[in-house]
Amino acid sequence: MSDFVAEVHRLRAMYPDGRSAIMGALRLAQERHGGWLPPQALQEVADAMDVTPAHAEAVASFYDMYNLEPVGRHIVEVCTNLSCALVGAQQVVDAFEEQLGIPPGETSDDGEVTFRLVECAGGCGYAPVVVVDSRYREPTRPEDVPRIVEEIRGG
Amino acid sequence: MAELTVLTGADERDLTKLDQYREIGGYGALEKARGMKPEDLITQITDASLRGRGGAGFPMGRKLSLVPGPDRRSAPSHVVANADESEPGSFKDREIMRRVPHRFIEGCLIAAHAIQSQNVFIYIRGEYLAECEVLDAAVAEAREAGVLGDVDVVVHRGAGAYICGEETALLESLEGDRGQPRPRPPFPPVAGLYMQPTLVNNVQTLASVPAIVEMGVERYRELGAESAPGTVVYSLSGNVNRPGNYELPLGTTLRELIFEHGHGVAEGRALKAVIPGGSSVPVFTPDQLDVALDFDAVQAAGSYLGSAAVIVVDDRACMVQLALRAEKFYMHESCGKCTPCREGTRWLVQLLEKIEDGRGTDADLDLVTTVCDRIEGKSLCALGDFAVWCVGSYVRKFPEEFQRHVDEGRCPYGGESSVEGVLAPSDQHTHSAMAEVPA
Repeated sequence: MSDFVAEVHRLRAMYPDGRSAIMGALRLAQERHGGWLPPQALQEVADAMDVTPAHAEAVASFYDMYNLEPVGRHIVEVCTNLSCALVGAQQVVDAFEEQLGIPPGETSDDGEVTFRLVECAGGCGYAPVVVVDSRYREPTRPEDVPRIVEEIRGG
Repeated sequence: MAELTVLTGADERDLTKLDQYREIGGYGALEKARGMKPEDLITQITDASLRGRGGAGFPMGRKLSLVPGPDRRSAPSHVVANADESEPGSFKDREIMRRVPHRFIEGCLIAAHAIQSQNVFIYIRGEYLAECEVLDAAVAEAREAGVLGDVDVVVHRGAGAYICGEETALLESLEGDRGQPRPRPPFPPVAGLYMQPTLVNNVQTLASVPAIVEMGVERYRELGAESAPGTVVYSLSGNVNRPGNYELPLGTTLRELIFEHGHGVAEGRALKAVIPGGSSVPVFTPDQLDVALDFDAVQAAGSYLGSAAVIVVDDRACMVQLALRAEKFYMHESCGKCTPCREGTRWLVQLLEKIEDGRGTDADLDLVTTVCDRIEGKSLCALGDFAVWCVGSYVRKFPEEFQRHVDEGRCPYGGESSVEGVLAPSDQHTHSAMAEVPA
């Protein structure tokens, strides 16, 4: 049994009905496939979960945090919902666009950074919220952006 | 300073640690509760009039009493904690999980005793990674110390879907499906997780329970409003000097929250609007600052307390742009199951874009209201309602601003609005897969 299958079986055992483990299985598969879920990853999840690949894809495509397209080594996300918007989120978006050289929704040509918008990150009192590789940076001002980009590019 | 019931002690100690929590009497309420008959515990929570803090304000005691006891059910029952906090403006559950995880776990365990369940599931939104780590550690510590008893606690991470804060969508998601709401009835207390009896409560509601057991009904009821006793964590954000979470007695006025605790509107600007309960609820205008922030008073004033997330909007914001920004969120988050919500939110976005661009007509303004009417109350869950309560109220409360966009053929803010050009995730340029993927 592969490590992945063993780990998924461990997840399944946590629930009265093992089907509940699919979200965890997809997350695990995504981590093992460079941050996204190619068809092969969905097949692996389906096999380990005893569900059809169609079901794995149906679940994966519903949630924003599963990537069905390749992503960069780092992911930068800016929240632009109301509370962040009211205190200058768009200026932060503009600063990242300038520093990274790509508009939101895209990945840099060297495959290093994916830049995208998210909402609402739940950091409204510490807005604007930026999330770098799943870690919140609150608040982030436009003037903080060059340092964050440098840190990502250097790391 | 007013007495706290949820974040108590968190300023003085690191309550993420079990020993620190125990030093202030932590898990004492659980011990007390476990010594009580479940029906007496339910009576106590009912008498305390604890209302749900997640949005709907449903009395927790009534919910508990709807779950059939072991003699009236053939399947196990479950406690599901809704930690999928996603309402724009709300960030209170996050603070509760990060700072008083054991009090939240204690509330879950007391609830489990009340419905005589051995299963607790905590559904935490996927983005809250740091909070999940704190919670995982706290659960592990409690398990190690034998606090959980015969109850199994599973922390389940979501993966980014606003709709999963809706209880039946959350249950679908927890069962391993797409998070789409179910028709009701049956309601979760009768047929919830795996179609078995399930209590679903918000993080803060559960974290409020230990104080009730500890203080007793009489003392608890001295806090807050008559119809809704206790304290609540208000999330204050937007154009305000000191945004943040403030735990205060239920029924604190908007004026006190914004001007005393929040130190007023940022940069000395004029207040234009206040959203009192998260982005979904109808907006208030500055003449409504004396409304008490409790469930009934806010409703009597034409809105909802919701998740007690207060968003302050100053006079630099264009309400059409704000409506558009809010509506794009609901369009993106609509799960697609019900046609009025799926198609209606899209239609509203198109109409609002047209109006903001100066291409709107009087007929388009009327159509916004008509489309709102045709969405509200016509879907399985409240997401459709949320999508029109906000926009509909902006049109009702700021009709002249919408009208000026049509009459002048342009946004009257002329590019100077504070939310000018704010993009939404649905605006992202999503191209096809990259040609080359680095190894």
